[in-house]
Amino acid sequence: MTTEQSRLKTTAAPDEYFASYRRPAMSGVDTTHQVILYLEDISVEFDGFKALNALSMEIGVGELRCIIGPNGAGKTTMMDVITGKTRPSSGSVFFGQNIDLSKLSEAQIATAGIGRKFQRPSVFEHHTVFENLELAYKCSKSVWPTLLAKLTGEQRDQIDTTLELLRMRQQANRLAGLLSHGQKQWLEIGMLLMQEPMLLLLDEPVAGMTDAETQRTAELFNDLRGKHSLVVVEHDMDFVQSIALDGKVTVLCEGSVLAEGKMSEVQADSRVIEVYLGR
Amino acid sequence: MTSLTSTAVVVPPHSRTPVLFKPGAWLAISLVVGVFAVLPLLNLWLPVEHPWHVAQHTISLLGKFICFALAALALDLVWGYAGILSLGHGLFFALGGYAHGMYLMRAANPAPGQLPEFMVFLSMTEIPWFWTFTEYPLYSWMLVLLAPGLVAFIFGYFAFKSRITGVYFSIITQALTYAAMLLFFRNETGFGGNNGFTGFKWILGFDITSPQTRAGLYWASLLALLGALLVGRWITTSKLGRVLMAVRDGEGRLRFLGYEPAGFKLFVWTVSAMLCGLAGALYVPQVGIINPSEMSPANSIEMVVWVATGGRGTLIGPIVGAGTVNGLKTWFTSTFPEYWLYALGLLFVLVTVLLPQGIVGLVRKTLQRARGART
Repeated sequence: MTTEQSRLKTTAAPDEYFASYRRPAMSGVDTTHQVILYLEDISVEFDGFKALNALSMEIGVGELRCIIGPNGAGKTTMMDVITGKTRPSSGSVFFGQNIDLSKLSEAQIATAGIGRKFQRPSVFEHHTVFENLELAYKCSKSVWPTLLAKLTGEQRDQIDTTLELLRMRQQANRLAGLLSHGQKQWLEIGMLLMQEPMLLLLDEPVAGMTDAETQRTAELFNDLRGKHSLVVVEHDMDFVQSIALDGKVTVLCEGSVLAEGKMSEVQADSRVIEVYLGR
Repeated sequence: MTSLTSTAVVVPPHSRTPVLFKPGAWLAISLVVGVFAVLPLLNLWLPVEHPWHVAQHTISLLGKFICFALAALALDLVWGYAGILSLGHGLFFALGGYAHGMYLMRAANPAPGQLPEFMVFLSMTEIPWFWTFTEYPLYSWMLVLLAPGLVAFIFGYFAFKSRITGVYFSIITQALTYAAMLLFFRNETGFGGNNGFTGFKWILGFDITSPQTRAGLYWASLLALLGALLVGRWITTSKLGRVLMAVRDGEGRLRFLGYEPAGFKLFVWTVSAMLCGLAGALYVPQVGIINPSEMSPANSIEMVVWVATGGRGTLIGPIVGAGTVNGLKTWFTSTFPEYWLYALGLLFVLVTVLLPQGIVGLVRKTLQRARGART
């Protein structure tokens, strides 16, 4: 997209996006500066408690960013702010240079290209594995097209490819509620991939997985690096090590960034050892 | 990722069949509809002393039950599939009834321009503006769908946009039907006050009390129910149906997949209200009266009991439930009239505790067990 087009988009009245019954009119994210997500000076306050305290961060296009930090550091709240579940008390959050996320609804943010995997695996338990993927599939998600939607061969193939990737083809017609915890985690990651988001937010993706499953997840994430931008929140240090490689790791503490840098640098940081890693 | 060509052989069959019903279900539905369709013929063609003769009041009663079944099916669409518990569907039922009643009141007069009897009685001098064109049956039938549809749309638009869910939503629907009842009780509203509409004589030029007209109304109701079942099945087996069930199971989660649940809820809510209005419209000429007591909260709650008894989220269940509960009610109110409300309460408690999936759920479980025992 040219900068001129993107400038046109920026000048559109923000209220246009806001009606909860309407689809967002935008299609493109302006990432001319190679940054997919800007968090600037974000604060979130709950009854006087600051869950986020002037948090600032930038995620680059195609970057895989790991975020670690003690419980209550504000990792999940940060994801809530990005996905529109929580509105920041102050500060701004932008998707690319042109999309102000604080003005969009959750569904509009998802449509704009941000996918999220929740901390607790949240799949639709009364739908089959196949149907879960079908629901997530990237296509028009307004009422009439959904009513008249027919599964095309191409869509079926894509779902099938994802099933293959998840190694869940045998379970395609099983109710998602009957899957093991690790499988539900994988299914949710699969749903995320079906959405074809530009930015994936993953909240503790390997919690409750077996070692083999964890390893496969690491392989998958390494595979996605460069194609998508990923933000991974995780406590499992070995896992973080295996996906962070030379990339940046951010340490959150008490709602703001404590340290940022390569895994080895962060691990050597005395403040990080103090509050999180332990001696 | 592996290439598709090597794996295309084992493409999983999609669990939900693309057709509306499986052949067995089609056969069962045709059989049941066939049997019910024949009953008025047994009333019209066979002499009274014939053992197969069906009494006139049985036809009237069944015609009423079919209308109730249609209302229950409408409620199941929102409650069973989208998880929206409405305690105010009686309002839509009554609105449909009133819309049709306006035509029937106009048709009861020798000249359509003449004031309906109750207006003369209330010393009104001219027909209110909202009665315009109601002497035309087609317009009135359009109102049957539009009036409840519009009320539901406007109410739903704001309720769903404000993200009112669960018990709060249910209570507001209850309040809505109660408020409407109080409004319709007033003579000034222009719908006959607490007497409502009665004294219908003609429908499309046919005598409304003749057995032939009765049979026609019965068949119309049966056809409407069958049509609603097919429409409901079409909606619930579409992708939209699966989105509705996702709204029921995890509305919050669904937003992060890019769906705006409000629009989907508004759609099914409005469709449901229109079907319920249709049920009311078919009910009114068969019972010969419509008054504000149809909007009383108890009526709406009774509809919920029909759905729960039959089995929510099954479409067939509410039909079975409406028939069962109303059959019991007819029997009870003629045998021990003063105990019916206790029986209804007991039934609701028993169903909730023992049959959470309703009658249809019980049948399904029994069939599964039988199948398990055979293999």
